[in-house]
Amino acid sequence: MAIPLDRQAFEPARPRMSPARVLIYAILIVGSIGSLLPFIYMALTSLKTYGSVINDTFWPWAPFGTELPQLGNYPEAIRQVGYDSSWHTFLFFRYIANSLIVASVTVAGVLLTSVLAAYVFARMNVPGKNFLFLLILATIMVPNDLVLVPKVVMMFNLHWYNTYLALTVPFMGSVFAIFFLRQFFMQIPKDLYEAAVIDGAGHLRYLFSIMIPLSKPAIMTIGLLTFIAAWDDFKWPLLVTRDASMRVLAVGLQQFMQGEGGTNTQLLMAFAAIVVLPVLLLFILTQKYFTEGIVTTGIKG
Amino acid sequence: MVQQTETMARTHVPVVKARQRRVQEIALGYAMLAPALLLLVVFEFYPIFYGLYISLCNWRLGCNSFVGAANFTRALHDPEMWHSLWITTVYALLSVPLQLGLGLFLAYLLFQKIRYKPFFRTVFFLPYVTSSVASAAVWSYLYSPDRGPLNALLGALGFQPRNWLGEPLGIFTLIAQSLGLTLPSWAGGPSLALVSIVIYTTWVFVGYAITIFLAGLGTIPPELYDAAKVDGASGWVQFRYVTLPLLSPTTFFLLIFTVIGTFKAFNHIYVMTQGGPYNETTTASIFIFRQLFESNRYGYSAALSFILFFCILLLTIFQNRVVGRRVNYD
Repeated sequence: MAIPLDRQAFEPARPRMSPARVLIYAILIVGSIGSLLPFIYMALTSLKTYGSVINDTFWPWAPFGTELPQLGNYPEAIRQVGYDSSWHTFLFFRYIANSLIVASVTVAGVLLTSVLAAYVFARMNVPGKNFLFLLILATIMVPNDLVLVPKVVMMFNLHWYNTYLALTVPFMGSVFAIFFLRQFFMQIPKDLYEAAVIDGAGHLRYLFSIMIPLSKPAIMTIGLLTFIAAWDDFKWPLLVTRDASMRVLAVGLQQFMQGEGGTNTQLLMAFAAIVVLPVLLLFILTQKYFTEGIVTTGIKG
Repeated sequence: MVQQTETMARTHVPVVKARQRRVQEIALGYAMLAPALLLLVVFEFYPIFYGLYISLCNWRLGCNSFVGAANFTRALHDPEMWHSLWITTVYALLSVPLQLGLGLFLAYLLFQKIRYKPFFRTVFFLPYVTSSVASAAVWSYLYSPDRGPLNALLGALGFQPRNWLGEPLGIFTLIAQSLGLTLPSWAGGPSLALVSIVIYTTWVFVGYAITIFLAGLGTIPPELYDAAKVDGASGWVQFRYVTLPLLSPTTFFLLIFTVIGTFKAFNHIYVMTQGGPYNETTTASIFIFRQLFESNRYGYSAALSFILFFCILLLTIFQNRVVGRRVNYD
């Protein structure tokens, strides 16, 4: 046979299902079930009647029960959250719109400011650049909670309280994004720039027509992580908004849980499912960017 | 030579042009830096000093009266503040080892030649990317004392139902009670409410630890394992003498990151218990938030933030000194 003898002695040609491997798979499968069970419970409960929730019936549908999946829980949850009479729409739609507006405006803001700054740090020759970069890096050490109180007071002073400005602008400068993009930009060969300059392109032209298209993975990563963080944010919107119509989904969900949803668990679960779904889909579609970004930057958490 | 003299003869115009271009480049550079710098200075640097000013004030819409260090001395004499720091410490001591231990264990299993590895990775990671308010709401339902699935499971196994997030008694007290014993109150252990939150936290963050550990495991050269195998090292010996030391920088990073994370923890605790029962889950960040949000004590909560920051700083320095020394960077 072609396989050298010593190789054969140390490792079998292909791994067999030894008892140890069976144990590993068993642990991983049990772990995965533990990981998924809360999601499964959420999805199942959101489709139950109030009666089956009370009686703790795990599977009230065919073939074990006679109920039909209560898809109506979803519109019912939306109705129960309340009505915004000034906008003539359900409050729930305001929450969704607010979350989408806040998350996408924050993403756009972070990307714009960070791409410009990162480019200067990576490629341009500007006096004081290194000092400014160190200054920016130092802000990583400022924990968010330390500046929470003064930032809330600033929102009052600026008259931004209860507006979209308070929910987006303070998050548009991101040290992580600048650092991450700078690292990425520095990897792009300099020859490309020299070639572009010969063709008569300035810095901005070069940045937008060459650097940005080449840095798509890095920009996607930053965009996704910022979106998730904004979507998840709860403490800040709770502090700087007052009106129900200015709430984001996370705040709306918590308020609903304190009220109507506290007793109607199936409606609360329907609400939670609507909050969770977009992020899970986004994650599953773009996993590669996510995992890489989180490993390299440690953002979120 | 001929070329050089030619260029020297024509330098006058290009020098002016070059200087102009240089000035333009610098101006452009600063203009491109301006938005990010402005935002970071206004919302990261300036608030530190503004916060210090607020903490020295009796603040009602503005600095009503300058009270010096009064907010700080009041905090140091506030038993609730010390209690919240204690709860934070217990929370960290319970959840950090659980997250890191379980994370390393599962990452090590996944690192073996496993089929469907991406599937497992994704599944373990899902709780971490999920909106924390939504998942905490779901867990509140799992823990629900009257019709929660966890109590239904306990009932099916013949155990008595528990109050979970509403239970201020310590877990050792509860175990002793069910055995018909009584424990002195100091031996009661962390409240079941806090332990329930720790379980949730582990569920969320284990996927993050796994991801980081897997990245760390990938950097260990496989030849080292081969060499150990040739020397006849068993699986455990390989893990203890090859994996653990070479993984120590990753573990150290995760340790710092996770400890800071437990000190920042807010969303899930606020959603699940709002700090109750009897303040048994009021961590420092919950305490500060309630002083601000429910009692409108701006000066006091600003002072508390500085005290908490100081504690985290001390802890990080301590970890760097004591644990950092044992990290193997070769």
